Amino acid sequence: MTEIKMVKANPHDVLTGEHYLDGNHASAEGGIAAGCKFFAGYPITPSTEIAERVSQRFPRVGGIFIQTEDELASMNAILGASWGGVKSMSCTSGPGFSLMMENFGLGMMLETPCVLVNVQRGGPSTGLPTLPGQADMMQARWGSHGDYEVIALAPDSPQESFELAIHAFNLSERYRIPVLVMTDECVGHMTEKVVIPKAEEIDLVPRRYTDKPPGEYWPYIPENDLVPPMPPVGKGYKFHITGLTHDYRGYPVISAEVQEKCVRRLVDKIKKNAKDIIWIEEKDTEGAEVIVLSYGITSRVVQPAIAEAKKEGIKVGQIRLVAVWPFPEERVRELASKIGTYVMVEMNYGQIYYEVERCAAGKCKTVLVPHAGGTVHNPEDVHVAIKGAVK
Amino acid sequence: MSTVEIVEIRGKVEKEHPMEKLLRMDRIPHIWCPTCGIGTATKAFASALEKLEIDFNNVAVVSGIGCTGRVAGYMKLDSFHTTHGRAVPFAVGLAIAKPKMKVVVFSGDGDLISIGGNHFIHTARRNVDITVICVNNFIYAMTGGQVAPTTPILANSSTTPYGNFEHPFNLPLLAASSGAVYVARWTALHVRRLTNAFAEALQKRGFSFVEVIAPCSTLYARRNKLGDGLNLMKFYHDNSIIKHGADPREIDIGFQDKIVVGKFVDIEKPTYLDCLNEGYKRVLGDAYKVYGEEDEQN
Amino acid sequence: MNSIATTTGRGGMKFWRRPLDTDKIKIPHGELHIIWERCKGCGFCVEYCPKEVLELSTEFNAKGYHPPVAVKEEDCINCGLCEELCPEFAIFPVLKEEPEGTEEVKK
Repeated sequence: MTEIKMVKANPHDVLTGEHYLDGNHASAEGGIAAGCKFFAGYPITPSTEIAERVSQRFPRVGGIFIQTEDELASMNAILGASWGGVKSMSCTSGPGFSLMMENFGLGMMLETPCVLVNVQRGGPSTGLPTLPGQADMMQARWGSHGDYEVIALAPDSPQESFELAIHAFNLSERYRIPVLVMTDECVGHMTEKVVIPKAEEIDLVPRRYTDKPPGEYWPYIPENDLVPPMPPVGKGYKFHITGLTHDYRGYPVISAEVQEKCVRRLVDKIKKNAKDIIWIEEKDTEGAEVIVLSYGITSRVVQPAIAEAKKEGIKVGQIRLVAVWPFPEERVRELASKIGTYVMVEMNYGQIYYEVERCAAGKCKTVLVPHAGGTVHNPEDVHVAIKGAVK
Repeated sequence: MSTVEIVEIRGKVEKEHPMEKLLRMDRIPHIWCPTCGIGTATKAFASALEKLEIDFNNVAVVSGIGCTGRVAGYMKLDSFHTTHGRAVPFAVGLAIAKPKMKVVVFSGDGDLISIGGNHFIHTARRNVDITVICVNNFIYAMTGGQVAPTTPILANSSTTPYGNFEHPFNLPLLAASSGAVYVARWTALHVRRLTNAFAEALQKRGFSFVEVIAPCSTLYARRNKLGDGLNLMKFYHDNSIIKHGADPREIDIGFQDKIVVGKFVDIEKPTYLDCLNEGYKRVLGDAYKVYGEEDEQN
Repeated sequence: MNSIATTTGRGGMKFWRRPLDTDKIKIPHGELHIIWERCKGCGFCVEYCPKEVLELSTEFNAKGYHPPVAVKEEDCINCGLCEELCPEFAIFPVLKEEPEGTEEVKK
């Protein structure tokens, strides 16, 4: 296992203290605390506050903010800056997320660390710009063409927006992959207390550069954890990287054999390290009859429903997906044989629900409490679903 | 020439081509067709780098998709082969992250001006310090010869089998009106002037643009019954007019018509980072932390 | 000297009068290196050599192209235009070192 030597955050970047911030501002502060120094974005409600805060803060912390001409340019600019050796991030919402998909795939293929925050809103198309949704979750997984594995985190509060932004940067550097933070308009615009710790309490994963000299280095020879070290630009490595299917040298090779090797490693890079990336919070799952699954803001909305159901004597457990992708297949399968029903609550017409159903594989019932978006669930609907599950 | 002498030449490869230090020899010969002008443009670029005695470690090449997009793959520099139309924004990110590096975008007319058009005009407007080399062969060659936004009116292509009925872009005009500080056009035949133009463009601070009119034998020439690349080169020889400082509005290219070449724009203008740094300093004073090269390596 | 008489230089270039500093100019000579297997027979070098040194050979290389051969290599003046024009990086001249006193005398 490759050893990672963490570094501490730079005190100049970290806005230590207790603040009253909304989720978007907290995401921006998280990125800055993580050492992000390049931001390219395009204004789109409800994510614009992230860009605005970054544009205010960056000149004071030595970063560069650019508002690009469109989301396509944003996605590419953050890839270019990342290759230039700088931590970079962008933010967007549904329509912009769709535009970024092709080059999100480029980031995957080139294996470029960067962070993309999607503050989800009601969709499809222009939808509900100022109201929440959680309907981009499958797009997060499959939005770009081709085979690849994704890491997507879902914060449920401004505090977590701050923390998961840092975690996203750490995961992106660790696995050389663009990481998604799938928040939503509700968390993005809700204002709560956010405690930002001192810089020395924030651990960051530094970029993994190669220790081989120029001439002996090829861009895609992985280490034991299937992650290849990166080359520094401008130091004589004269490497070539391409979005075409490539071999260990980074050169394009158009053959089925190289396709197998190239894509297999991209997929395995996350699959084989999944247990270190999967992050769920379980409560009362042992001996439960019903388990309520949720992520993001919805996991706060289900609390009153669960409390009501418990009062009625139903043994309800809950799983909150902090990392929605990679999906915790093993744990969901394991619990499926022990419980009666999974109740999936999400602000869409069924996206992660199908993962739950797939993993349950008929060993328990699965119920979806959908919502078209625009507002959070009514806890009573969740309560009714839980009750219905045990009838 | 006697047979003996021919065999001798064939066997004799003891001297390597002077450009081999700038080429990925493990990938030569390249994929471009015989009589394609992209190879010549690449040679001119390599000659310009040599001439400027630039540190090759400090040059990055970013290409898009298409025949010209393959240039990045053959040059022995830090090179990036990005997605269609997105070489310019990728280069912008790279150039901002590494302000001391020379970032060159080397791509084709379709890639830079059609799908990449928006990025092209905005980056020129911002005057980001990169050099954009556009090899214009008037067609989408790699994908089989479809019409491009630079295809002259009346020309034939696979998607305009009855002739192109759209007005094409005038690239120097587009670049100049978007704010480029250096705009030049040469053909692949004008190799030495092209090399000088590349050298000037590389040294210019700000967004510099060089259009290279290049022959495409397999698609453009063939579909329009113009012979092959050599015939097109002869055409450039007989029909190019050198007019430095010409008004970009008057240098449209018609189908098999006169081609005005030369250096059209060479002005000074503060770059994107100049304006940014100066502006922040003015407003924030000492609170401004200048963006420098973040050395994130050990 | 008859100013309207033409003087033929080597390789077919015509001077309308004999240059005044002909005796002092030392014309360089180049040794042509043709990377036979890399050439794709485009003909740029043949067409644009100012001294018409090259011709496409009748022989083939392995890929079936006709690379050029120097039919008048002694006329090569090391101008390097073939090297600049060649899209394949397959031809280049190298300056021939000539001992002093062997400058050619122009007629």
